[in-house]
Amino acid sequence: MKPVNQKAWFLILPVLVCVAFSAIIPLMTVVNYSVQDIISPERRVFVGTEWFASVMRDPDLHEALWRQIVFSFSVLACEIPLGILLALSMPAEGWRASITLVVVALSLLIPWNVVGTIWQIYGRADIGLMGATLQLMNIDYNYTGNATDAWLTVLLMDIWHWTPLVALLCFAGLRSIPDAYYQAAQIDGASKLDVFRFIQLPKMRGVLIIAVLLRFMDSFMIYTEPFVLTGGGPGNATTFLSQYLTQKAVGQFDLGPAAAFSLIYFLIILLLCFILYNWMQQVGTQAKEQIHG
Amino acid sequence: MAARIDLNLAHAYHANPKLDSDYALLPLKMSFRAGGAYALLGPSGCGKTTMLNIMSGLVRPSQGHVLFDGVDVTDKSPQARNIAQVFQFPVIYDTMTVAENLAFPLRNRRMPETDIRKRVGQIAEMLELNGQLNQRASGLTADAKQKISLGRGLVRPDVSAILFDEPLTVIDPHLKWQLRRKLKQVHQELKLTLIYVTHDQVEALTFAEEVVVMTRGKAVQIGSAEDLFEKPAHTFVGHFIGSPGMNFLAGALDDQSLLVGERRIGLNDQQAQSLQGLANIKLGIRPEYVHVEAQASFNSIPAQVERLQDLGTSMLMTMRCAGHVLRARLPLTAQHFTVGSSVHVSLLGKHTCFYHNEELVV
Repeated sequence: MKPVNQKAWFLILPVLVCVAFSAIIPLMTVVNYSVQDIISPERRVFVGTEWFASVMRDPDLHEALWRQIVFSFSVLACEIPLGILLALSMPAEGWRASITLVVVALSLLIPWNVVGTIWQIYGRADIGLMGATLQLMNIDYNYTGNATDAWLTVLLMDIWHWTPLVALLCFAGLRSIPDAYYQAAQIDGASKLDVFRFIQLPKMRGVLIIAVLLRFMDSFMIYTEPFVLTGGGPGNATTFLSQYLTQKAVGQFDLGPAAAFSLIYFLIILLLCFILYNWMQQVGTQAKEQIHG
Repeated sequence: MAARIDLNLAHAYHANPKLDSDYALLPLKMSFRAGGAYALLGPSGCGKTTMLNIMSGLVRPSQGHVLFDGVDVTDKSPQARNIAQVFQFPVIYDTMTVAENLAFPLRNRRMPETDIRKRVGQIAEMLELNGQLNQRASGLTADAKQKISLGRGLVRPDVSAILFDEPLTVIDPHLKWQLRRKLKQVHQELKLTLIYVTHDQVEALTFAEEVVVMTRGKAVQIGSAEDLFEKPAHTFVGHFIGSPGMNFLAGALDDQSLLVGERRIGLNDQQAQSLQGLANIKLGIRPEYVHVEAQASFNSIPAQVERLQDLGTSMLMTMRCAGHVLRARLPLTAQHFTVGSSVHVSLLGKHTCFYHNEELVV
C-alpha cells in the first residue's frame, strides 16, 4: 500500500484560520444568539428554535420580505436592460470611450450614504432639482410623505447608482466579441436587431449572469441609501429587510430574534441566488439538452 | 454568379501617407478571373488581409477603385457586393442550430422557406454536416464550426466570390488537409471565385491555381506554383517559397563573368548581355539545383562543407562559398561528403536566376 502523506493539511491551515476569523466564528456567534434568550449579559436562557418559529410568523417581516422581493426584481427589471442599452450606445474606442467610461463610472465612486444625501436633496420640493421641477410641472411629489413616491425614489436612486455597474460589465462583454463576428453578420446580411439577438446577447451571457447575481444580492441587502433618504418611511413603505433587521437588533436590542432572522435572511439570499444562477445556466443549455435528450 | 474582380488602388490606414511605409497597400493593379482559385501569400503584416478586406468591402481603399465584372463597387457594402468571407476563427451563431446557421444568410435575403431547406440540405451534404443539422452549433468542434462558416458563404447560390482569411489556423493538422481537399472540391463543383489568404506556402500552393506573393504592401509576383519555384520574380519570393529558400550570392559583373567574392563564374552570352551595365547583382539558385562535386570541373567554385542534415527524404548540405552561406539539397545517397571537407559547386544552369535591385533580370 502506498503511504498516505497528510502533511498537505498544514498548507491549508492559514486559509482555515483566516476563514474562521472572517466568516465561521462571527457566523457561529449569530447561531449562538439565535438559540438563546439574552435577558442581560449575565442571564441567558436556551430557547431552542423558538426565535426561528416566532420570526417566521412575524407579519412585519413578511411585509418587509415581500417589499424586498418586489424591490429587488424591480431593480433587476430596470437596471439590466438599461445597462445593456447604455453599454451598446457607449463609444467603443478612442478618447471618447475613455471619457464615457469615467463619466459612467462616477456614480459607483460615491459613498453610499452620500448617494442617499444627494437624493435627499435632489428630491426636495423646495430646493431639489427633481423635486422642485416636478412641483413646477404640477406633479404632487413628496417622498417624505407619500409611500409610493418614497418607494419610487429609492428605486430611482438605486437605478442611478448601480446601472453603471451593469453597463460596465456589459461593455466589457461587448468588447470581447471579435470584429469578425460583426463582419460576418454584415456579410450574412443581418440586421442590427439580429446582431444584438444572435451575437451580442449570447456573447454577453456570462457577464449578464454576474451582473444579475451581483445586483440581486446587493439590492436584497440594501440598507444605507434608503436609511439616509427615507429612514424606512413613511410608515414602513421603504423598510427593507436590512432595515428591519437593524431595527430589531440595534433599535430594540432583541438579539435572539435578530440573530434568528439574520440566518433566515442569509438562507433566503442563498436560495434565491441558487435558483437564479441555475435558471440562467439552464437558459443557455436547455436547447442543447432538448436535442440530445 | 462568380465575378471577375479588378483592383486598381492603394490603401493607407492613416491620412496623408507620404512614405512607402505609410501604406498598408502600395498602389497596385490586379485582376482575379471569374471562377479562379487564388491565394494571397505573404508574411504577417504584408497587406494581404487588407487586400482581402478591401475586396469584401469591409475596408474602403483610400485611393482607387474595386471593380466587380467591370462595375465599380468601391463604395458598396459587403452585402451589396454579394461576397462571402470566412475568417481566421470560426464565426457561428451560438444560439442557433447548424441548419439555422446555414439558413441565416438566406433568411435575411428573404428566400422562400422551401428553397432554403433544399439549399441548406445540399450544402450540408457537400460539407458532410448533414448528420449534425439539428445540433446546436456552439457545441461542435473547431473544424465543424469552420465548415459552418464556410457553408454560410456557399449556401448563397449567387455569391460573387468567397474570400478566406487564413481559415485553417485553428484547425488540427490532420483535419487541415481534409478541409483543404473539401475547398478544392467545392471549387471544382461550384466554379466560384475563391481567394485565399495565408502565410503557409504549402496551403497556398496546393489550394490555388495562381498565387499572389506579397510583402510590405506590395504584390511581388503572381503565378503558378511552378513559376514561383522556378522563376521567382523577386528575391523575396525566392526566400519565402521553398524550404529552405533560394540561395542568393551577391556579385559584380566583370566582362563575361560574375565576380562572387574573389571567385569568378563565367556567364553565357545571353546572361552577360542582360546584365550589362547593372550593378548590385545577385545570383539566385534553389538548393535543389546546386550541383556539388568532389572534384573541380568547368566553371565550378570551391566551397567548405559546414553542416549536413538528414531530412529523411533528402540531405541538406550547408556550405560556405565565397563569403556566402550556400545550401544544397542532395539525394540521400550523397553520404560520401563529410563536414569540413572541400567540395566544388556548379551554380550555373537553366534554373539559375539573376537579380538586379532584388528583381529578376534573367
